[in-house]
Amino acid sequence: MISNLSSDYVFLLAAILFALGAMGVVIRRNILFMLIAVEIMLNSAGLAFIAAGAKWAQADGQIMFLFILSMAAAEVSVGLALIMQIFHQHKTLDVDELEQLRGDRK
Amino acid sequence: MDVFFYIAAAVAIISTVLVITRKHPVHALLYLIVSFLAVAIIFYQLGAPFVAALEIVLYAGAIVVLFIFVVMMLNLGKETSLQEKTWLNLSTWLLPGILASILLIELVYLINTQPNSTITIAEVDPKAVALSLFGPYLIGVELAAMLLMAGVIGAAHIGQRKKKYWHRFLQEDEQ
Repeated sequence: MISNLSSDYVFLLAAILFALGAMGVVIRRNILFMLIAVEIMLNSAGLAFIAAGAKWAQADGQIMFLFILSMAAAEVSVGLALIMQIFHQHKTLDVDELEQLRGDRK
Repeated sequence: MDVFFYIAAAVAIISTVLVITRKHPVHALLYLIVSFLAVAIIFYQLGAPFVAALEIVLYAGAIVVLFIFVVMMLNLGKETSLQEKTWLNLSTWLLPGILASILLIELVYLINTQPNSTITIAEVDPKAVALSLFGPYLIGVELAAMLLMAGVIGAAHIGQRKKKYWHRFLQEDEQ
C-alpha cells in the first residue's frame, strides 16, 4: 500500500500507547493487569520501530519488531507461570500482599 | 488512505484506554485484541504486511490466548471484578495518571520539535526482511532462539507444582 503519511503522527500514536501502558502498570493493583499493560508498552515500542523502518524504507525496523515479539513471548510465558505460582501460594493477585519476597507468613 | 490511519489510531487509543480501566479480566483481554488488530492495520498501512500478519497471529492469537487460559485456570471472575472496583478508585489512579500524562506531554513536545517529514511509504516485502534477518542479523536470530529456549525451560520449571500425596504411605519422608 503506497501512501503519504506524516511520520510524526505515527510516533505520536506510539508515545500515547506507551504512556497508556505505563499508566496501566502504575494504577492497577492486580498483577495480571500489570502484565497486560507491559504487553501494551512492548507493542507500542514495536510500532515506533516499524514507523522508523517505514520512514527510511529499510527492513531493519521490521527485524527489530520480530525480536521484540520473541522477547514478549518469552516474557509472557515466564510471567504467567510466576503469576500462577504466586496465586497458588498466596491465594491472591494483589501486589500489596506480595511485598515480602519470602512468602512464609502463612 | 490517510483517513484509514486516523480511524485505526483512534480505535487503538480508545481500546487501550478501555483495557487499562476494565474491571473484568476477560473484558480487558477482548479490548486488548481490538487494540492489537488496530495496530496491525497501522502496520499494514506503513508498508509492513508480514509484520501485520505476525501481529495478528502472535499477539492477538497466541499471547492473548495464553492470558485467557491463565484467567480460566485461576478462576478469575466476578469476585475479581468486585475486588477491582474497590481497588480502582479515584485517589488510586489520579496521581499516577497526572504524572504519566506529564511525561506524555514532554514526549509529545520532543517529537514535535523534530523536523516534520512526510514519508512516502513503500512496501518492504517479506523477502527483504528475510534476507536481512538471516544475513547481517543472524546472530540476533540465534540469541532469540536461546531466549525462547530459556523462556520455555523457565516457564516449565516455575510452573510446576509440588506433587501432593494424600495417603500417608505414599508420602516421601521429609523428617
